[in-house]
Amino acid sequence: MPNKNKLIATIDGNEAAAYVAYRVNEICAIYPITPSSTMAELADEWSAKGIKNIWGNVPDVLEMQSEGGAAGTVHGALQTGALTTTFTASQGLMLMLPNMYKIAGELTATVFHIAARSLAAQGLSIFGDHQDVMAARTTGFAILGSASVQEAHDFALIAQAATLRSRIPFMHFFDGFRTSHEVNKLELLSDEQIKSMIPDEYVFAHRKRALNPDHPFIRGTAQNPDVYFQGRETVNKFYDDTAGVVNDAMREFEKLTGRKYELFEYTGAADAERVIIIMGSGGETVTETVNALTAAGEKVGVVQVRLYRPFSLEHFIKSLPASVKSISVLDRTKESGASGEPMYQDVLSTLVSALQQGKIKQLPNIVGGRYGLSSKEFTPAMVKAVYDELKKDHPKNNFTIGINDDVTHTSLTYDESYTLDESEWRQGLFFGLGADGTVGANKNTIKIIGENTDLYAQGYFVYDSKKSGARTVSHLRFGPKPIRAPYLISKADFIAAHQFNFTEKVEMLNFIKPGGTFLLNSPFNKEEVWDKLPGSVQQEIISKKLLFYIIDANTVAKDTGMNGRINTIMQTCYFALSGVLPKEEAIEQIKHAIEKTYTKKGRAVVEKNFEAVDATLANLFEVTVPATASSIGKMLAVVGNDAPDFVKDVTAKMMSGHGDELPVSKMSIDGTYPSGTTKWEKRNISDQVPLWEPDLCIQCGNCAFVCPHSVIRAKFYNEGFLKNAPDGFQSAPINSRGFPETKYTLQVYAEDCTGCNLCVEVCPASDPVNRSFKAINMTEKEPDPLKIKKQISFFEDLPWNNRSEINFSTVHGAQFMEPLFEFSGACAGCGETPYIKLLSQLFGDRLLVANATGCSSIYGGNLPTTPWTMNAAGQGPAWSNSLFEDNAEFGLGMRMTADHQLAMAHRLLKQLAPQLGDALVQEIMDAPQLQESEIAAQRARIELLKEKLLNINEAAAQHLLSVCEQLVHRSVWLVGGDGWAYDIGYGGLDHALASGKNINILVLDTEVYSNTGGQSSKSTPTAASAKFASAGKRGGKKDLAMQAVSYGNVYVARIAFGANPQQTMLAMREAEAYDGPSLILAYSHCIAHGYDLKDGLTQQNNAVASGYWPLMRYNPVLRVKKLNPFILDSTRPEIPLKEFAYKELRYKVLTQTNPVEAEELMTLAQEMVNLRWKNYEELATKTASDFTPVA
Amino acid sequence: MDLRTTYMGLKLKSPIVVSACTLSEEVGNIVQMEDAGAGAVVLFSLFEEQLKKEEAKYEAIVSSTSNMFAEASDFFPSLDEYHKGSDQYLEIIRKAKEKVKIPIIASLNGITNEGWIHYAKQMEQAGADGLEVNIFFIPADVHLSTSAVEYRYLNIIDELKATVKIPVAVKLNPYFSAMGNMAKRMQEYKADALVLFNRFYQPDFDINKLTLLHNLQYSESNEIRLPLLWIALLYGRVPISLAATTGVQSSIEVIKYILAGADIAMTASALYKNGIGYLKTMNKELESWMMTKGFENIDAFKGTMSQQHISDPTGYERANYIKVLESQK
Repeated sequence: MPNKNKLIATIDGNEAAAYVAYRVNEICAIYPITPSSTMAELADEWSAKGIKNIWGNVPDVLEMQSEGGAAGTVHGALQTGALTTTFTASQGLMLMLPNMYKIAGELTATVFHIAARSLAAQGLSIFGDHQDVMAARTTGFAILGSASVQEAHDFALIAQAATLRSRIPFMHFFDGFRTSHEVNKLELLSDEQIKSMIPDEYVFAHRKRALNPDHPFIRGTAQNPDVYFQGRETVNKFYDDTAGVVNDAMREFEKLTGRKYELFEYTGAADAERVIIIMGSGGETVTETVNALTAAGEKVGVVQVRLYRPFSLEHFIKSLPASVKSISVLDRTKESGASGEPMYQDVLSTLVSALQQGKIKQLPNIVGGRYGLSSKEFTPAMVKAVYDELKKDHPKNNFTIGINDDVTHTSLTYDESYTLDESEWRQGLFFGLGADGTVGANKNTIKIIGENTDLYAQGYFVYDSKKSGARTVSHLRFGPKPIRAPYLISKADFIAAHQFNFTEKVEMLNFIKPGGTFLLNSPFNKEEVWDKLPGSVQQEIISKKLLFYIIDANTVAKDTGMNGRINTIMQTCYFALSGVLPKEEAIEQIKHAIEKTYTKKGRAVVEKNFEAVDATLANLFEVTVPATASSIGKMLAVVGNDAPDFVKDVTAKMMSGHGDELPVSKMSIDGTYPSGTTKWEKRNISDQVPLWEPDLCIQCGNCAFVCPHSVIRAKFYNEGFLKNAPDGFQSAPINSRGFPETKYTLQVYAEDCTGCNLCVEVCPASDPVNRSFKAINMTEKEPDPLKIKKQISFFEDLPWNNRSEINFSTVHGAQFMEPLFEFSGACAGCGETPYIKLLSQLFGDRLLVANATGCSSIYGGNLPTTPWTMNAAGQGPAWSNSLFEDNAEFGLGMRMTADHQLAMAHRLLKQLAPQLGDALVQEIMDAPQLQESEIAAQRARIELLKEKLLNINEAAAQHLLSVCEQLVHRSVWLVGGDGWAYDIGYGGLDHALASGKNINILVLDTEVYSNTGGQSSKSTPTAASAKFASAGKRGGKKDLAMQAVSYGNVYVARIAFGANPQQTMLAMREAEAYDGPSLILAYSHCIAHGYDLKDGLTQQNNAVASGYWPLMRYNPVLRVKKLNPFILDSTRPEIPLKEFAYKELRYKVLTQTNPVEAEELMTLAQEMVNLRWKNYEELATKTASDFTPVA
Repeated sequence: MDLRTTYMGLKLKSPIVVSACTLSEEVGNIVQMEDAGAGAVVLFSLFEEQLKKEEAKYEAIVSSTSNMFAEASDFFPSLDEYHKGSDQYLEIIRKAKEKVKIPIIASLNGITNEGWIHYAKQMEQAGADGLEVNIFFIPADVHLSTSAVEYRYLNIIDELKATVKIPVAVKLNPYFSAMGNMAKRMQEYKADALVLFNRFYQPDFDINKLTLLHNLQYSESNEIRLPLLWIALLYGRVPISLAATTGVQSSIEVIKYILAGADIAMTASALYKNGIGYLKTMNKELESWMMTKGFENIDAFKGTMSQQHISDPTGYERANYIKVLESQK
């Protein structure tokens, strides 16, 4: 059993750091950003539960509108004497920079805890490196870097102790994901230990420096050339002292805990000649590798940098062995154009200074290299390659390790097969789905083993980038000593596949050791299963002499009443097979854990879980492995042969998990990628897909309209096309009269379906006898993929219906418009994507999209495959994501270009009229472009224009040729969620609306930060609970619509496609047609609302029926025509708010946690609904002159 | 007049008791019920399915949205404090016990003995004076034997009695092959009272929409005859408290039931129709009837019309039926 005197926990780095930060602060002002969000969420949760800091007070946690806002609040709180902190990463830290200079310039004690993350450059990345911290290194903050979960915990305290003593503010950082999300076993600090590191005298001193009207002074003056410079130099001595202060704190910490840290921590041979200097979790990998290399007699060493700023020459020199001949400084960042990365430059200049000062006798050979950007793996093999490079007389400088740079040849080669001795560890890899509970079960396993046995445990979890059907890989290590291995498992003792179809999609057994154990969740029994495996998998099992076990987890889960959840069953198998613990002890531990978790829910629930454990053991079978492979089946091809070369060469590599192997030459140089690549990724994530019943169908188009993944499409065509229709291709006579030869087909792209059920829910046509049987029903997917492919291929070859002949004003007509947004990775049943799809159908061929960071930028633009696509003519949405906070401004810039170049084109047209012909020029310039037929006519004119321009040998003609496509009206849409529109981007959005420019803003309003895990925004409604509003939101939701209405010249609409699709279409078309700014607030149901999304449309309808989400349009065009521009599109509320709200967990939760508060808030919320309805209704009855005139 | 009565060992100031209904979801209503003279209040029912369903739904939502993507490990604030329906129920018991003196009888509605019996213990701990279990079971499975159905009832009683010390009443339906024997066996399994009878939800059809109609109707006074029959038959034969429910619209039905042998008569529909204050009227009417008839207390007339006490006990059996039929000719 673990040492009883120590507090042991198995937690991740975020929790480890937040645990201390919460206890030594009074105020936390934060804003959620991956991967740091958890720290803030925990602080909020602890505060809500009344957990106290070391002074017996409950810290106050406040979520702000942006990191810029959080930093400002932190600054204010600090200036008035509160111990204040924040948690952030990446772009968040960038937004804090201005305040950080102020805080440091004013010598203010604080610690910012950073889960270090990449910065958005050629692409955004949520993963870890030091780019953010390095970008903030000039602020004057000290920088203390943790390399492990234990250090994240310990350094949070050391940083706090040091900042209060030194008055220098600290950034305490650790590697995003690798440390922030790694679960590891650690010793927790007791409150007494924490308290003894933070003596009251420093707290009092901090308070004493605060602004106080009883002892007034001013701080924050504006200074002139005469004194500013000297003022900057006043702080030097504080920086000079800081390294000593941190060192003292480390010594004090060592006395308290026995854990010893150094500012620069050297490990290795006393006579080392080759030394790596590194900071962050990579230091753990280098240290462990050094231990192995020195044991083998190599003269190597490593300096782990803990305190990077201020960079102490004295301490650094002391840490280096005198024998060192060559040094490699590894930076986890990139500074393009610099002569080297920042830490390399620091080491170089420090050593040169030391030489000049006579503190060293000679300058070693010093090179710098980059590693691990965006959580790129950094392994012992790579470390060894760096040491090997240092053996050379002229080691490569400015190198990279971990990639293949075949363009500028910076990369070092390394031998992947080099590994450290892993014999003490039991390593397991688990392949699961995001929705099947695999990760949760593995986190639970780590807790069980880590907290109930002497073993050490480590867990790290890798997700793919999809939100539906996401694949997860859990990496678990157990061993007798602390596990310092911040890299993925490459040779596992145990591999579990939680889904059978992974055997033909994922090369799992590449990662298993010979003699390892392979567990497969299989619907086939032990006699049948072998022949169902692809030949390559069989071969791997045979050649590696694997022990092969199966369990039919789905059946066991069903039979034991586990609601289809297989996680406990697979977890039990792991305990039984892995050998981490003796089998009987393992089963005892798992039962003990079940008892602990479920006792509150009653004995029967505990017994049910016990039964599942017993049934699992009874159904776990070893498969006798034949001597030879029997199957000729192959792994499924990643993409079809008909895919473009880029997709085959690059995209497919990423899709199959081999993206790490792609060399630099294969990458886009500027972040540009081809449109429409999701079509090549047939994910087949749902076994249940819709099946169309042509005889029952009334061809209304509702199913196609609501499908979030553009999986249901319709065309009408002459029956003659059916001559070559493949087997099973369905069609029906079109139900419009007078077209006897016209057929209609509703095609389901079954391989892309996520099984959300929305299509069935919305279908209005039922069998008259069996009412539950509709014109579209979920059914088992056709088992023959070839049959599906042939049908879809035939459907794709049918011509899309002429846009000029489709009635754009109806849902019925919309189904015939080609979606140019398809098969995204959004959640099954997503409430946002139907709007985006509609946008692409209505205006896709001339659409420019500025997309704020968030869910829509992730399912819209996360590699490997992206859903924005193009039509047969090669036209389609041009999409880009700049940042989270600047999207309105970004989109406004797009409009500025379009307008400017259009004006330029008009000017040039006039100038070139003699050569082009007056008639053509006039026609182009006067062309109406509201109807599809008008757009088509203009496109034809532009083609003609281009032809003519090619024959005019004048600079003006060349200029016109380069901008003439702007003569077809560009539809500029600014798309994003409520986090952007209501909070972080609100200032920009407001300014863009006020600009009067022809932009269209689509706010996908889920009423929380959906992408980062459901944090409250200013759109979160009263009475709902969300993170940072766990006690229920008291304040009202901002009425962004009315704010925009107040401008007078902004088209505004509130829409909800589930309640009134017709109004949705109308609003989007009116917004686009309006020659000025438009704002559409689109109610978007979301998994963060807490109910089965198959009911998403019903809930949208309830939102409208309760008056919570009144449908309205404000059209300035009507105001100009002296008509009332305010149109209320929904009827008076028919149901009370609670009837809508209490079907969702976000509202329901408060009725359970605090029923009295819930009732009060619901009453308040109902009052707000009543009042808004009353106001809207009044506005709808006014006259034009009651509204702001259109400027 | 002395309206006091004893029901499964509980001393009540009136034989008129509020049956399980949604009115008791509000503690304020319970206070009004006491003020208006209710002898006791049976709280609204906590449904087995509701408990299990809520738990399963909650688990399903939270687990299906956890650990799905790298950026969001979950979507809801930590719900350690999440109280299920039962916790709210317990809170109502606690509050009601603080505010009123009359007995509070908790009500559980279930059909199995799995997974929910432990709530009975929690109800007892929260202060409930008694427990009413409503076994609302329609044996729709044609393979299910009579004895299996009967044992289902007895098992539930057995488990409940092993779980709690407070008295347990069983609310049941009349559709047993041998109702009398069933009542006796329930008493042998230590049920403290029988509540006769619950009304099954009986669906109706909408012939235009071809759908089921889900409308529950209040009981009518003419529905009292079946419970009246069985109370009269059981009184004095099975040593167990008897409660009458169904059809109590006024003091008339209360009187009839007591005459048949009921210790108490329960009503909800009268209160839905006339308001909680109507209990006062019912008590007054009962008193004035007793005055007219010269009964000083409830025991003075309880069971006087039961099979045991009336001069022609066969009137309750088949012969009476024949008489009735003949009188219609």
